[in-house]
Amino acid sequence: MERYYQKEIECASPEEIRKIQDEKLVRQVRHVWDNVEYYRKKMEKKGLTPDDIRSRDDLHKLPFLSKADLRDCYPYGLLGVPLEKCVRIHSTSGTTGKRVVAFYTQHDLDLWSDCTARAIVAAGGTKGSVVHVAYGYGLFTGGAGLNDGSHKVGCLTVPISSGNTDRQIMFIKDLQATILCCTPSYAAYISEQMKEMGLGPDDIPLKAGIFGAEAWSEEMRHDIESTLGIKAYDIYGLTELSGPGVSFECSEQKGMHINEDHFIAEIIDPDTEEVLPDGEEGELVFTALDKEAFPLLRYRTRDICSLNRTKCSCGRTLIRMEKPKGRTDDMLIIRGVNVFPSQIETVLLNNGYSSNYQIIVGRVNNTDTLEVRVEMTPDMFTDNLGEIEGRQANLVDGLKSMLGIKAKVTLVAPKSITRSEGKAVRVIDNRKI
Amino acid sequence: MSIKQISVFMENKPGTLEEMTAVLAQNNIDMRAISLAEAEDFGIARLIVDDVYQTTTVLKDAGFVNRLSDVLAVEIPDAPGGLNKVLKTLSAAQVNLEYMYAFLGGKDVDKAYFIMKTAHIDRAESTLDLAGFNLVDQEHIAEI
Repeated sequence: MERYYQKEIECASPEEIRKIQDEKLVRQVRHVWDNVEYYRKKMEKKGLTPDDIRSRDDLHKLPFLSKADLRDCYPYGLLGVPLEKCVRIHSTSGTTGKRVVAFYTQHDLDLWSDCTARAIVAAGGTKGSVVHVAYGYGLFTGGAGLNDGSHKVGCLTVPISSGNTDRQIMFIKDLQATILCCTPSYAAYISEQMKEMGLGPDDIPLKAGIFGAEAWSEEMRHDIESTLGIKAYDIYGLTELSGPGVSFECSEQKGMHINEDHFIAEIIDPDTEEVLPDGEEGELVFTALDKEAFPLLRYRTRDICSLNRTKCSCGRTLIRMEKPKGRTDDMLIIRGVNVFPSQIETVLLNNGYSSNYQIIVGRVNNTDTLEVRVEMTPDMFTDNLGEIEGRQANLVDGLKSMLGIKAKVTLVAPKSITRSEGKAVRVIDNRKI
Repeated sequence: MSIKQISVFMENKPGTLEEMTAVLAQNNIDMRAISLAEAEDFGIARLIVDDVYQTTTVLKDAGFVNRLSDVLAVEIPDAPGGLNKVLKTLSAAQVNLEYMYAFLGGKDVDKAYFIMKTAHIDRAESTLDLAGFNLVDQEHIAEI
């Protein structure tokens, strides 16, 4: 039976959610107007005052915030409360530009941990469960986010952070952990290491995993589920909005439920900035409804996905977002075609290769080149040269039909692609433009 | 009377073969024969060794993907026409070879050995046996 952490919210009627959002939005716009000069100026430029925002229906009038705004405001420009009211910061990995520093009051941390607690309960966590948190602890939000949610639920929390994989496996076994929280690429690495140690899914007590912080494919989910013997739940979030837990998956695994009492989601056309109807694909935009310290309104996530308002059979009424194809930052433009690493991963796994791959983009004679390096595995290796080449050719065909452009596939030695304990480095772009 | 051949995946970059043979050297493994097959951007090294179990274990530990397959090792006199006699016998029996390679006898300087991979391994074996050829078995490969 499906369990909920806050059933009154998670299963609230659309009218109740609307009422919560309307009230909180009006209050939040006033809070930002009064305390964040940078955003107030943006509103004034559009001729807006807080009185123009009376309900969710007026949301589209508000100006957007983008990563560039966050950069301009670094570090204190978007702070909504005096610094002495803040109790913590977190920061992005900085992989796509300058770091973002986000601030939290105690109230902000509380509502964030409610969000991750909902995700843990949805994944089967309950008081007394042992939750193994192998997300990095530190500036990264993964460790702290799941850690605090796990406390809220009353789980025994193992704050192991990432690294030292043999020890991770020992702790999972010895302490009877049932829920693993980490990045999907690290989960794949743990299962690879288990195989190396001669351990299979039946040798570990895990039942569920909560995996996020990077784009991963459905095929990778199946791989992790079968090799670890668990159900793998997706979780989504951004440091700019708090961290993991902005949305989370239920047992249906058909999209992630957005915590709508704290965030309003919109999908826009990234070029025209028009709001798109539910079901259409576009850029995801979030408005944080009750964050005090870092209150972002209409923040453009650069994630591409769609929203689904149909009722979920888990009982939750919270709107669902489709798993983002990838961040527009992750998107590569190769020979004019948009390519997401997650698409390449799908093709690799469908063809029996491992999720240890690297994408190398180059430029020869003003033409982009795309090379996919993937590790040979014992399962894919045979003594027959032709058979291996045939599979390689199938892979090239599969990539061509998925991406629309030709990629060179190079088979490399096992373990030659560096393993990641946090976010995997998938792309090496050697183009000098 | 087939013997085990170890096929090893070789990434196409300088030093791969050197690295693999270093692993064999460190573990005191004696190779009887080696052959390399290459595709456009990878290769397969095929090995006949004295100790199959130890070799596959140390290669795996060193990160080399490998696989065993059954091949025939035929002993012939190291003289003109030696190989042709073997092949005549096999072609008469409609045996198709996938690949083969050879090495000269170690202790017995008058002998040569052919390693043959075929999908028709049982037929090849009985035909050669009947024709009086000497097939080397796993136990004796270490003694050559």
